[in-house]
Amino acid sequence: MWKITILANPKRFLDLSRAIIPWTFVAAVLLLATGLYWALFLTPPDYQQGHSVKIMFVHVPAAYMGIMVYGVMAGASLTGLVFRHPLADVAAKSAAPLGAAFTALALLTGSLWGRPMWGTYWQWGDARLVSELILLFIYLGYIALWNAIDDPQRAAKAAAILSLVGAADVPIIHFSVDWWNTLHQPASIIRPGGPSIDRSFLYPLFIMMAAYTVLFVWLWLLRMQTEIFERRARTLMLAKGA
Amino acid sequence: MSAFTALIVRDMKLAFLAGGGATLAAAFFALVAALVPFGVGADLMLLGRIAGGVLWVAAALAALLSLDRLFQADFEDGSLDVLALSPLSLESVATAKIIAHWLTTGLPLVVLSPVLGLLLNLPDAAFGALIGSLLIGTPALSGVGAIGAALTLSIRRGGLILALIVLPLIVPTLIFGSGAVMGAIDGTGQGALLFLAAFSVAAVALSPFAAAAAVRLNITG
Repeated sequence: MWKITILANPKRFLDLSRAIIPWTFVAAVLLLATGLYWALFLTPPDYQQGHSVKIMFVHVPAAYMGIMVYGVMAGASLTGLVFRHPLADVAAKSAAPLGAAFTALALLTGSLWGRPMWGTYWQWGDARLVSELILLFIYLGYIALWNAIDDPQRAAKAAAILSLVGAADVPIIHFSVDWWNTLHQPASIIRPGGPSIDRSFLYPLFIMMAAYTVLFVWLWLLRMQTEIFERRARTLMLAKGA
Repeated sequence: MSAFTALIVRDMKLAFLAGGGATLAAAFFALVAALVPFGVGADLMLLGRIAGGVLWVAAALAALLSLDRLFQADFEDGSLDVLALSPLSLESVATAKIIAHWLTTGLPLVVLSPVLGLLLNLPDAAFGALIGSLLIGTPALSGVGAIGAALTLSIRRGGLILALIVLPLIVPTLIFGSGAVMGAIDGTGQGALLFLAAFSVAAVALSPFAAAAAVRLNITG
């Protein structure tokens, strides 16, 4: 049976990642090229939003990745805490800046989309965007905690606890923001992502989501590799000094 | 006196006597509330409208002030190691510290809040909701704050990171707390107060475990 302990040996992980990384890179480039071409040139402009609807193809996948990467990070953190799996700590640490970047991208594209749609860059009435903003702060706190604690093992555990607390809190935050929204103003704009979306938009959107996911896997593996090399270099340096 | 109550009493004494956060947090709370009119203008209608939200934000910031020393002071002088060796579990230690923090920081804010409500022209109908929501919600600030305090206890000048960690996590408290005050002004019911109570109960019940885990990793390594 395949066990998670197989990857506890960093060398085995490095061999595996070396084999996978070029493929994920090629797949990410192909998917991004196909998805972007389809989304930007082959889909019709929306009858209400015109061409600005095409921001959706970069915005929705980024927002989805922001949440998904957090899930990956929390899962890796739990694995690290429960099984003391050294690679899990590296995985969680490497995922965080990527998740923060996707979340920031979602916020940026969301507000650029908001300008033609709402006439304003930021709309507190959109619960999803507001939740993503809070999520970005949670990512930043997580990264800051990693960087502030010198001992990597302690930092890994502390960050893991924080990411799990965050994982419990994020759905509550989203619910509270949702509730707060209905209090102030009903959502006036139906955002894409629901079942009402047209087929011609749906396929390129799926391709873009797959592209973002593969892009994340590529960058994630690359960052994990780098992190392992960095730790090796640090250990070597310490051994040399001693 | 049991070890648990002894710890609460000790922490409260330290907070009140040794120049700790107790009175300072309340003073900070009052000061922030008094600064707001300078920022937004003296329009009493506007102030009355935003008073609930302003006081809730001020309360969240005031609760943060004394948090960074919650475990750190004991960590630095070694008392935390003694506490860890005592028959009291670290979870109980964390609970006692949360209670002591709330009694010395949260409760003074609750007591002070009606005065500041008057200062900011809070509508009469909302005073009950303001006091009630602070009474119900501030324990969540102490609970979630204790997790942040335990995670950052070994970091020198961890106050900023503590704020960065804790503030996003307590967004629901702010939303439901100020929502309860708004609900009382607009007469739209007390749903917010119930949600606030639910969040607060969950936060206070679960945070000692997370805080204890964070303390444990910092003292055992």
